[in-house]
Amino acid sequence: MSLQNLKKEDPFAEDGLDGIEDQVGSEENYLHIRIQQRNGRKSLTTLQGLGKEYDPKKLLKAFKKEFACNGTVVEDEQLGEVIQLQGDQRIKIKNFLVENGILASNIKVHGF
Amino acid sequence: MAEVDLTPAADEPMFDPSLKKKKPKKKQVVFNEEPAPEPPKETRDPSPVPTPGPSILKPSSEEAAIGADAGEEKREKAAAVPDDFGFGDLKKKKKKKEIPLDFGEGDGASPAGVSTPAEDGATPADDLNDFSDVKRKKKKSTKKITFDIEEFEKGLGDSAAASGGGEGGGAEGEEGDLGDDVFAMPAAPVDIGDETETWHGTDRDYTYSELLGRIVKTLRSQNPDLSAGGRKRYTIVPPSIHREGNKKTIFANVSEICKRMHRQPDHVIQFLFAELGTNGTVDGSQRLVIKGRFQQKQIETVLRRYIVEYVTCKICKSPDTLLSKENRLYFMTCESCGSRRSVSAIKTGFQAQVGKRKLTKPPT
Repeated sequence: MSLQNLKKEDPFAEDGLDGIEDQVGSEENYLHIRIQQRNGRKSLTTLQGLGKEYDPKKLLKAFKKEFACNGTVVEDEQLGEVIQLQGDQRIKIKNFLVENGILASNIKVHGF
Repeated sequence: MAEVDLTPAADEPMFDPSLKKKKPKKKQVVFNEEPAPEPPKETRDPSPVPTPGPSILKPSSEEAAIGADAGEEKREKAAAVPDDFGFGDLKKKKKKKEIPLDFGEGDGASPAGVSTPAEDGATPADDLNDFSDVKRKKKKSTKKITFDIEEFEKGLGDSAAASGGGEGGGAEGEEGDLGDDVFAMPAAPVDIGDETETWHGTDRDYTYSELLGRIVKTLRSQNPDLSAGGRKRYTIVPPSIHREGNKKTIFANVSEICKRMHRQPDHVIQFLFAELGTNGTVDGSQRLVIKGRFQQKQIETVLRRYIVEYVTCKICKSPDTLLSKENRLYFMTCESCGSRRSVSAIKTGFQAQVGKRKLTKPPT
């Protein structure tokens, strides 16, 4: 009988681990700037992981004006709202965000 | 004094690669600014040239083994140099001046952090302008000839020297940078070699950095295994990148690189794809076929990031680590210092819709 009880402990431990995979090195507070190649020499830049306190639409408008490019806000099921810009704007985005008070350590620039 | 005189002589064979690397740079600067004022240095320069001879061979033979791709880059570099001579003299000088400074600092502080940004800043622009540059170069060089042939010849001689250096530097950079610490090691003595001589004739006090350089130099020359021992294992072969068709890139030596890093190819490949925002396959002969066009430099930077993230130990900086998976988490255990830490899983993140919607979305 007592053995049964002991066995019960294990599944619980497993359960606790379930969410850990996402939490370790949790990337929730990171801003990810990525690049994707399109056809030819064209590319797309995406900004993912924007906090709730920022309005993506307003940010997009500022980006568009500053970088002279077009872009959209894309809704993603898991990742929320993602800003998508035309062309390789990674460095510019980073500089822009840093200038406007976002910590550089919270920004991750991906790609080559 | 006797000591100082002794050390460089003992040193020269040891620091061949670095010496060789530095030389063209120095030559260039001298030429650009004023050819006359420093005859002693000029005369001093050629004397060590024969010694680096064999060492020049080494990297080049390595590169030859790498294949045609590296050769192509070499040519590009060689081509790029005259362009700079024709036009961006000032810019070049600035860059040149900055680099040794970085090294000096890198010696004391974190070498990887200091050295990589400088390169990073340079690479993207180069990549983008590669093709347009080639065209412009031709124009400029022809114009130059009409201007004055003598200058041009001088430039040519320099460029030849610089290309030799560039190639050496490239090889070193590839190997060294990947290994974080290594890059600073060969570079540091170069800087120092200069500095030890700077106060020689003059009456001024020596600065702290000069003295520091001198002690490091003597230390290295007394026991060569200090620098030589740690260097070898950090190196990684530069990735060999070929283009397949128009839209695919072949990364031929993935498995070799993975072996050097002691990582599963799957993990490395997954990281590559996530970072580059593409996908691809591994073909029959263990080569990686990546969708999209990528250059060696670009793959290199991604690999470098992989090494920083998943290979080098954060505490002791040694690349002697093991990656294991426990409870769906990746843990990295350091072989040399025994530290153990979890590393973040590779996540692809948001993938934007690229290409035709028709193909990806089934009609509803």
